[in-house]
Amino acid sequence: MNFTLKIWRQKNQKDAGRFEMYEVQNISPDASFLEMLDVLNNQLVLQDRDPVAFDHDCREGICGSCGLMINGRAHGPGRKQATCDVRMRIFDDGQELVIEPWRAKPFPVIKDLVVDRTAMDRIMQAGGFISARTGGAPDANSTPVTKENAEESMDAAACIGCGACIAACPNSSAMLFVAAKVSQFALLPQGQIERKERVQKMVIQMDKEGFGNCSNNYACEAECPKGILVTHIARLNREFLRAKLV
Amino acid sequence: MNSILAFYYSSIGKKVLMSLTGLFLIVFLVEHLIGNLLLFANDSGKMYEAYGDFLVSNPVIRFIEIFLFLGVIVHAILGVILWIKNRKTRPVKYKYFRLKDNSPLASRTTIWTGIVIGIFLYIHLKSFFIPSRFTSQKVSSYELVMHAFSNPWYDLFYLIALLVLGYHLRHGFQSAFQTLGLRNKTYAPFLDMLAFIFWFLIPVGFAAIPVYFFFYHQAVSTMIMGVH
Repeated sequence: MNFTLKIWRQKNQKDAGRFEMYEVQNISPDASFLEMLDVLNNQLVLQDRDPVAFDHDCREGICGSCGLMINGRAHGPGRKQATCDVRMRIFDDGQELVIEPWRAKPFPVIKDLVVDRTAMDRIMQAGGFISARTGGAPDANSTPVTKENAEESMDAAACIGCGACIAACPNSSAMLFVAAKVSQFALLPQGQIERKERVQKMVIQMDKEGFGNCSNNYACEAECPKGILVTHIARLNREFLRAKLV
Repeated sequence: MNSILAFYYSSIGKKVLMSLTGLFLIVFLVEHLIGNLLLFANDSGKMYEAYGDFLVSNPVIRFIEIFLFLGVIVHAILGVILWIKNRKTRPVKYKYFRLKDNSPLASRTTIWTGIVIGIFLYIHLKSFFIPSRFTSQKVSSYELVMHAFSNPWYDLFYLIALLVLGYHLRHGFQSAFQTLGLRNKTYAPFLDMLAFIFWFLIPVGFAAIPVYFFFYHQAVSTMIMGVH
């Protein structure tokens, strides 16, 4: 398959950045999107040109490193896929692909398609942890958890922190990300000690980082590679209200 | 006091205020529609006028009225504040951003539908509320309605405004419950059913009034013409 690529190139944070056009040929339909970019970068290196910088690590959809805006959609047009999960066969042969970095005020571009996502780390540092001693693996069964809560909590814990929810949100809101983290702990007995403190601190940090206000568009849920549901946002709101009022 | 301020300054706090005022205004719509249905009583407006007199003279209603106006103002101002804040969160825009693939249009247009509702409200209050509430000589509220809705352009404006209101509530109703943290797996299907009443049945109920009076007026004028 052949593709015309329109890729955002930006030397560093201070550079204004611009789109550049590239052509790639003979791409296998079974290649992943990142492998297609690898082919492009091989070409660029052979031509002694600067390869396109993009984040990637595990390339199996669990690390949350990769994340590109492909033709106006976070992680491409599919559902429940990280950029590395996207296969080239879903596109048409000869199609033009517009590739942009995540765009949000708290996500400054470092180079080309790589953005600084440490704002999410700072939200985690504000409260995304537990202080309860959980012991070793055999101790896991000593604290009973209902099946419903365990399932719901694990669904939330599936969040890989890629930032697609923020990139896809018209308001650059980080509510789905924070909701997943808050839900994950609020549903388990080990998370109860810091329950009230956690939600308040994480929301304060989220606001401080400059993320937008949720307007319940639910674009985040549609683009989340792990299928985190917006019902977790409702729980985040509930936890916040409970912490403030009760 | 400090914690109340902190709550207001948080993103969720503003949204909660937004949803509470929104729901309060929705409750008012129900009351308003029930009252307006008296227009269909076929008694030349006797019951409707009695209801209107009750509203104007009752001190409890007058007290609630203050909160109603406050509700509108807070909802509108906060809506604009949130919209401006949200616009600033993405200084470099996407070249290509396909929001329509992953979110409903109604959820992204509340600021515009809200502005249309605001304009409608201004005209609506000017033609009905102010004359019956603030003029010294007695005006018949029923005649006011009859007269206003005999104008087809005025009726058309009303129908468009109600369509926009329905669209605003299409997003707003469920959004309010989401923000209050009440939209979970158990309640969501029930809330969606309830939402239908608010974004569809209530605007349709209001729309019936200009439509009825327009044709009623037409019928009356042809009758008079017929007598001549």
